[in-house]
This record gives sequence, structure tokens and C-alpha cells, in this order.
Amino acid sequence: MDSYLIFKFIFAFAVFAIALLIATYSTYAERKVAAFMQDRIGPDRAGPFGILQPIADAVKMFMKEEMIPAQSDKFLFILGPCIAMLTACMTSVVVPWGSSLILNGREFPLQITDINIGILYVFAVVSIGVYGIMIGGWASNNKYSLLGAIRASSQMISYELAMGMSIIALVMTTGTLSIREIVDQQQGWHWNVFYQPLGFLLFIICAFAECNRTPFDLPECETELVGGYHTEYSSMKLGFYLFAEYINMFVSSAIIASLYFGGYNFPFISSLGLPHNVEALLGVAIFFAKIFFFIFFFMWVRWTIPRFRYDQLMHLGWRVMIPLAILNVLITGVVSLWKHDLLKW
Amino acid sequence: MQLTNRSKVVVDKKMTLMERSYLPAILGGLAITLKHFFRKKVTIRYPEEKRYINPIWRGQHVLKRDEQGRENCTACGLCAVACPAEAITMTAAERKKGEEHLYREEKYAAVYEINMLRCIFCGLCEEACPKEAIFLTDRLVPSTFERGDFIYGKDKLVEEIDKPIDISKRLQAHRKF
Repeated sequence: MDSYLIFKFIFAFAVFAIALLIATYSTYAERKVAAFMQDRIGPDRAGPFGILQPIADAVKMFMKEEMIPAQSDKFLFILGPCIAMLTACMTSVVVPWGSSLILNGREFPLQITDINIGILYVFAVVSIGVYGIMIGGWASNNKYSLLGAIRASSQMISYELAMGMSIIALVMTTGTLSIREIVDQQQGWHWNVFYQPLGFLLFIICAFAECNRTPFDLPECETELVGGYHTEYSSMKLGFYLFAEYINMFVSSAIIASLYFGGYNFPFISSLGLPHNVEALLGVAIFFAKIFFFIFFFMWVRWTIPRFRYDQLMHLGWRVMIPLAILNVLITGVVSLWKHDLLKW
Repeated sequence: MQLTNRSKVVVDKKMTLMERSYLPAILGGLAITLKHFFRKKVTIRYPEEKRYINPIWRGQHVLKRDEQGRENCTACGLCAVACPAEAITMTAAERKKGEEHLYREEKYAAVYEINMLRCIFCGLCEEACPKEAIFLTDRLVPSTFERGDFIYGKDKLVEEIDKPIDISKRLQAHRKF
């Protein structure tokens, strides 16, 4: 077989495994961060510092009794968590994890596939992710689940608009939809966050909403809706829903880091004079450091801000975020016209 | 009277645009949680670490023996009368010939029970006792699965002859007040 193909195969497997591993340990990190912010210690019984806690949780999830309500639609009930998990794993395909490795004189890019509509692909897959929640909530045949599913879908639709428009402004400045090209443009300190501060703010708020993270975790708010869309789920199906959320968090951290914070680029990295492969691996490490910071940021916000009321959520989505996103597109357009001397009065 | 200078006068003024965006407030909140992130943790890892228990702590009762290993209790019933929770019951019996090494006086408690679920650990039994027979100790009453297990009889209350329970601190505190 072609060595390029073998590399791709191994690399895709590695990305998949790493995404799952990081999502697993995000659950542990979440509990630790929560505990530390509340002056507690958090899980520390399973292994040193509770390192084996995620494994214990996974075993618990698998050993739990599997319940499918008699009144539910069994096919859709099982399909729901499958879609949630599948779409969560699919988004990591277009993320450029590093520049490239040169092995035996051949160049292997550290990205599963560099499609020229990378951002659109992410959006498409993420919007399918809503169906996992919707189908799950609908198939449960339970009022709380249905309410949670309806909340989830309306929230996702509202925030996807603003998210898309904040990305339009970014695409206008970068002139490409390929995530790798966007990352390559951000060498040195030319991070997009400095050119698109408003766009970044809108994007990160929408990313919180898309991941159903606090303060936008209305679809699963325990105080109002029992468990939201996953009220009727038990065992590993529930585990998949929760796990998909953590994978989504990891992937959106990666997307935020690559779109706005230079991805695997680091100022001065090219001035160090390192060999190409070492530089690439250093870039991967830097990219992961950025990702971990954003995962921490997600958790940090979760344990700081309380949940929105539903009308406040809709108010913010439709009457604040979308007008601001349109304003951002307008400003970006005017500035880029002015830069290219195309602005005629 | 002004107690502290931390009070803030509530003003219902119109918020500025910056305040209405809530971003400064959110950043302030993030700063607070980050401060707590690095703060000293209050958790006590229980089986390994135990919290400090005062020597005069009022915990599980003990029925004391004297220096020769004889039970002090004479089943006078003053503790049961003093008990506000009515947790103590007892049955008195007369000391037979040949039991002088077991009981200090002619009368003793054949049955002595404290319901640990009723007990409020006030220490009035200890105060009422004329024979310095019952004391509260710094031991904790362990949990069990059955309610019946919380009714402690003489088997759990009377100290073992070779393992006397130290109540000197408690006795000292008692005599002081």
C-alpha cells in the first residue's frame, strides 16, 4: 500500500483516539475544576489524584441497567445518541493539528483532510448534531425530554445564525474557507482575534451555546426539566450524550484556537531555527496547549455564570448577537474596501 | 450604628452601555472563581485525616469502673430522670454473694440501655450521676443499618476492665464548672 495512505490511516486513527481520550479526561478535569473553584479537592480516590476516575465512571456507565421506555420509538431512541456521538467525532477531521512531517523525503500534512470548504463542513456537521438531541428527546415520548429537545433545537438555530455571520466576517478578511489556509495566514502575531475582536466574542459565545454549555445549558437544565432531552436515557446511551458534549467541547476549542488564535503557529517559532519536523511537533504541542486553555475556559465559565432564563436566551440570540454580527460584517466590509482603495464616495 | 464599611448603597440608576453588556461583570466573576481556584482547600480527606475533636467533646457514653475493676453504677436512676430525651432505661438488681468483685455497691444495673438515636448528647446524665459512673467521651457513635443497633446495652457501654477509657479531660472540665 502507498505509504501516504498508511500514514493517513494511522493519523486518522490517532486523531480519533486522542479526541476520545481528551474527552474522557475532560470529564475528570471538569470535576476537578469545579471542585477547585468551590474550594474542594474533587475526586481523589481512584488512583493517585483520582487519575483513574474516568475509567471508573465508564465502567459504571457500562454496568448500569439499560432502560428503553415501552412507549418510546425504539429505533429513534437508539439513533439519537448515535447521531450525537457520530457528528461529534466527525468534526475533528478538518482541524489542522500541525503543519507537516517530512519522512523519507515525503511531506505528510498533519491533518486528516484539507477540504477547501473546511468551515462550512464544520457547520454542516454541527447542525446535524442537533438532530441527535432532537430525535432523542422526541423518541423518549416524555414531556420533559420533548421540552428539552425543543429548547435545544430553537437555541441551536438561533445561535447558529450569529455564529455563521461572525464567520462570514472572518472569511471576508482571510479570503478562504480552508481552515489550514486560515491558520497559515496567522503566522507571528497576526492572530485573527486582533483583527476580529467582536467576531471572536460572538463566535465564542455561540460556541458555548452550540455545545450546550453553561450559561446556555437550557436543554438539560436539571432544576426545570429533570434531565432535559436525556431524561429517559440510561446506561451508556446517556454516557454517549454526555460524552458527545465533551468531544464537541474539545473540537470547538480546537476550532476557536485555529480560527482566531493562530492554531499551531506561535510567534518566534520560525526564528528558533529548528529542524522542520521538530518545529512541526512543537507546533502541535502549542496547538494542544491552546486547546487545553479553551477547554479550561469552557469549564471556568461554567462554574462562574448561572444559566440564562429562556426569554433572556432568545433576547440575547436574536436582538443582540445577530445585529452585532451584521454590524461586524458591515464594518469588516467597509474596512477591507478601504484597505484596497475601492471605497469611492 | 455602623458595623462595617462594606455596605453599598443600592442605586436604581440606568445602566450604562458597558454595564448592560455585562462583560465587565462576567470578567469580575471569572476573576473571583480563579481566585478560589488557587485558594487553600477546606476538604478533610476523612479516613486518612480526621478533624480535631475537643477533649471535652460530648460523644458516645461510657460506664466507668473503679480502680479495682468494679462497676460504679448503682442503678439509682438519676441519669434516666435527668435525661431530657428519655433515652436511658435501666433495670436494677441486688448484688449476690460472691459478686463483690463485679459491682462496687449492693445494688447494680442488670440492664442499662441508651438509645443513641434519642440521645441529644447534652451531658445531663453525667451531671446527675452521684457515683461518677457515666461519662460522655470523645468517641463518635458509628452508623449502622438497623435502628435496633443504636440501642446500646451494657456490652457496648461498660468499659472493658483491661482497657479503661480516658475521661480525665472531661472530668477536669466537669469539676471546673
